[in-house]
Amino acid sequence: MTTRDTDWDGVRLHVVTGKGGTGKTTVAGALALALAVGGKKVLLMEVEGRQGIAQLFDVPPLPYAERRIAVAAGSPSGQGGDVFALVADPESALLEYLEMFYSMRHAGTALTKLGVMDFATTIAPGLRDVLLTGKAAEAVRRKDPSRAGGRAYDAVVMDAPPTGRIGRFLNVAAEVSGLARVGPIRGHADSVQNVIRSPQTVVHFVTTLEEMPVQETIDGIAELRALDGIRPGGIIVNMARPLALPLGQLEAAADGVLDTDQLAMGLKAAGLDDSLVAGLATELSEQARTALTQAVQLRRLEDSGQPCYELPWISDGMDMAGLYRLAARLKEQRAA
Amino acid sequence: MADGRQPPVLDIDRLIDDRRNRILVCCGSGGVGKTTTAAAIGLRAAERGRHVVVLTVDPARRLAQSMGLTSLDNTPRLVRGVGATAAAPDANSHAGNGESPAGSLHAMMLDMKRTFDEIVEAHADPDRAAQILANPFYQSLSSSFAGTQEYMAMEKLGQLRRAEEWDLIVVDTPPSRSALDFLDAPQRLARFLDGRLLRLLITPAKVGGRAYMRVLNAGFGVVTGVLTKILGTQVLKDVQTFVSALDTMFGGFRERADYTYQLLRAPGTAFLVVAAPEPDALREASYFVERLAEERMPLAGLVLNKVQRPPAAHLSAARSLAAAETLEASAAGGPHPLAVAALRLHADRMQQAAAQRRVAEHFTAAHPHVPVAEIPAQPDDIHDLDGLRNIGTAFGSD
Repeated sequence: MTTRDTDWDGVRLHVVTGKGGTGKTTVAGALALALAVGGKKVLLMEVEGRQGIAQLFDVPPLPYAERRIAVAAGSPSGQGGDVFALVADPESALLEYLEMFYSMRHAGTALTKLGVMDFATTIAPGLRDVLLTGKAAEAVRRKDPSRAGGRAYDAVVMDAPPTGRIGRFLNVAAEVSGLARVGPIRGHADSVQNVIRSPQTVVHFVTTLEEMPVQETIDGIAELRALDGIRPGGIIVNMARPLALPLGQLEAAADGVLDTDQLAMGLKAAGLDDSLVAGLATELSEQARTALTQAVQLRRLEDSGQPCYELPWISDGMDMAGLYRLAARLKEQRAA
Repeated sequence: MADGRQPPVLDIDRLIDDRRNRILVCCGSGGVGKTTTAAAIGLRAAERGRHVVVLTVDPARRLAQSMGLTSLDNTPRLVRGVGATAAAPDANSHAGNGESPAGSLHAMMLDMKRTFDEIVEAHADPDRAAQILANPFYQSLSSSFAGTQEYMAMEKLGQLRRAEEWDLIVVDTPPSRSALDFLDAPQRLARFLDGRLLRLLITPAKVGGRAYMRVLNAGFGVVTGVLTKILGTQVLKDVQTFVSALDTMFGGFRERADYTYQLLRAPGTAFLVVAAPEPDALREASYFVERLAEERMPLAGLVLNKVQRPPAAHLSAARSLAAAETLEASAAGGPHPLAVAALRLHADRMQQAAAQRRVAEHFTAAHPHVPVAEIPAQPDDIHDLDGLRNIGTAFGSD
């Protein structure tokens, strides 16, 4: 590519994080669809075992296998692309790892009986995260000579753990090296880190314009910057609602200074009685207060120096149509 | 719309006025306002005469500040500015045992590593404790194992209960991957710490049992070989050192996890499932309600946060939108931008309220006997006790 088409050209692993309730999985799904536009092949990966992707794309629960779940829109220059999904669980990843490197899959049953699986996948600190990020790194690196560019996937999107845990999740090498100074797991962790800490990987933050998720986003970006080599990506402001009034009038409304006579006249012209005036005025002033707080929060996000994108609130419930709309908005804003 | 069946009303005031209730556990998925709900309930209870401690796991400084504390730590801190309210406990409360009408509120934030360290210090002699605390495996386990926070929250709850300094403990559960982790993780950690794997690692020869004998016959070397391959010899050595140092505490962990688990099922404990009226949060709430029933743990009800209550609710979304369109179309009536904005905003809020009602009705259809308390969406972020107090006004039955 000679000119920059998107803000994230060259990025092949998009890690999507966000505080609970901000729509992290939805945004990860929309991003995968947007990245697949024009004949690309994208893997959307889930690591927390909640089957959120299956619910989002309205398909039956997904196994530990890569399956095509959606076709992306075509572009003027190319055909539609493919979104594959994978639900990665640490136990399957460990078995796969054992098989791939040591041909020891048969050892799995014995390991499970002895509680080694429990130990390795839920208890051994860091190991679980090495296995999950390792699976993502493997998909990023996987080759397919039959495709242009020689890669199995053009991009991998990971629906990652929430903001509060993202730094620790991605920084597995430090975690593991505290424990394993040498040995195979250390080697594996190091090779995973080569992908995570390369310019091929960025971490996007999903937030709403409420104070707590915004604070977590800002803290999360600072945390990643301190980790040296893990790159924060874009900030995706999700579920944004349009302003009811121009900002100037909102400020007056927030202070409770509303021209209720004017409002009453308008309602009368519309054939509504003035018993509604007080209620509607309260609604306007509540929204004005919310909007002003949100404007402050948006400024804080912009001050972080990371590119900000905005996705609208989908009023009639999230479905595939809504997901395609969000994907188109991401594309328009050059997030993908 | 569904048949509009109304769930029974959850009367939180009655719950907190009943002095037989000693522990309230707030659980639910992340981002639903669980911590704020726990704090608001704690404040409300204190102002109705209870001596309350709120145990939170959310590191949000904002919450501490809203209670007038610069930060929260692992020790309960007294919250100032808590006073008796006009709304005194009603007649069917179980007061009258000499309690003063004004209660008190303490708040603390769980420090899982500190709590774990304290258990070690309390159960091992100083030399051994120092040895454990310095072990790299212990350090990782106590600060990063996915279940440690849940386990330590339970441990802290047990400690607070045994201290008998408070007559009501409000617990905010950790923001788990899934709300159910909170019930499972402590058992899992205890099982691991007591478990045969650890024993196997120190004394492989002593492990008995037919199933394991078969594995051993098949070649114990395979297993240790695999472990070495996955972890490296040095990690195994750290684990072994840790386990032998911890040996005196074995059984203790299991016992403690069982004690708190029993505490959760005992009379005097009630669970509140907190959710927002969104499909994901309510799906998680459903799982939790079912799981609590399976475990025979007492569910008090569902707290539904962030509920849209448009003040002009008697104007439907459709009429509001139609009126806005009429105004925009009629050039003769003159421009009424303010009214148009108000009507469009109102239509939007009514639609949102209707969507919320649909998911809430879905929940109630599946769980018709679960009482529900609705907390209206707050237009502003909460910054002080008044903000928390304001939430509490929705706790009565009327």
